[in-house]
Amino acid sequence: MPRATPEIPNASMADIAFLLLVFFLVTTTIPNNKGLSIALPPPPEANPPEDVKIQERNMFKIQINSSDALLIEGEPREDIRTLKDEIKAFVLNNGKDPASSDNPEKAIVSFKTDRGTSHKRFVELLDIVQAAYYDLYAEQAGVTNAEFRDAASDLSIPKNRAIYEKGRAGIPLNISIADPTKVGN
Amino acid sequence: MAKFKKKTNVKQDIPTSSMPDVVFMLLFFFMVTTEMRKSTLEVKQQIPKATQLRKLMRKSLVANLYVGEPTKTQVYGKEPKIQADDTFIDTKDIIRWVNEQKAKLDEVERDQITVSLKVDKDAKRGLIADIETELRKANARKLLYSTLEDNDRDSN
Repeated sequence: MPRATPEIPNASMADIAFLLLVFFLVTTTIPNNKGLSIALPPPPEANPPEDVKIQERNMFKIQINSSDALLIEGEPREDIRTLKDEIKAFVLNNGKDPASSDNPEKAIVSFKTDRGTSHKRFVELLDIVQAAYYDLYAEQAGVTNAEFRDAASDLSIPKNRAIYEKGRAGIPLNISIADPTKVGN
Repeated sequence: MAKFKKKTNVKQDIPTSSMPDVVFMLLFFFMVTTEMRKSTLEVKQQIPKATQLRKLMRKSLVANLYVGEPTKTQVYGKEPKIQADDTFIDTKDIIRWVNEQKAKLDEVERDQITVSLKVDKDAKRGLIADIETELRKANARKLLYSTLEDNDRDSN
């Protein structure tokens, strides 16, 4: 008598696998850990230090009101396509134009919003300002913008740190985000 | 009258013997990439788009705050609210929340905590600025405005 070979039934295997597959398909969420990274200033102190005088020429002012309209360097503006290049020119002015910044270390891009400004508009503008700075860094480090941001995301690798430090040298990311005014809410 | 003779002997079946293998492969892919969402979202989330994205590498150092209009407007009203884990919190509770999140980490890593703000695009700056002030007080100063990648615009 031939010995009976023990076997697992194969026919239902596909069904079981399908069931599991559908379960994971439905429950899966692709995690989103990307975004615009900023560093907040130190905690507000009880006795604020005296106002530091910053020369008008070293400030690039961006103001957004409660209906999301823009005021750039005091001028109302709708078209923001050239804004990135204007910021780059402002940061790298190095005293050439007497109305623009002294040097990149003193140059500050200042944001002033209202409590009623939408988050979407704020992110749109912050994106442009960061694009200007990352372009400068990437150019200085000799890589593309995307490569620089990739390197900056993981500084534990020595090669990335070298790119990051080469790009950042002499150009601090001076973005000031002021407390919003209280017109709309 | 001409007759169309049906062709016989032509095999029309799709081979099914390799199907379990294919399905298993897909299954493993989803099993590996999947991540269970810890909390159910109670606020509207339409994340704005941007181009200059930075990626967060250490997931354990990230704490998520969700901000937006509540999905159950008839219960919670239309004003945007802050959701942390499974509950709505007030701006004044943020310091306590940050300290709870920091307590979960190793002592050496506590200062490196990054708060990922997932903010609905229609939320207003006022509320976000209040959150930022509290985060500064709580000494959690690394911040990420969570955004989606904008593929229409050139990122270079």
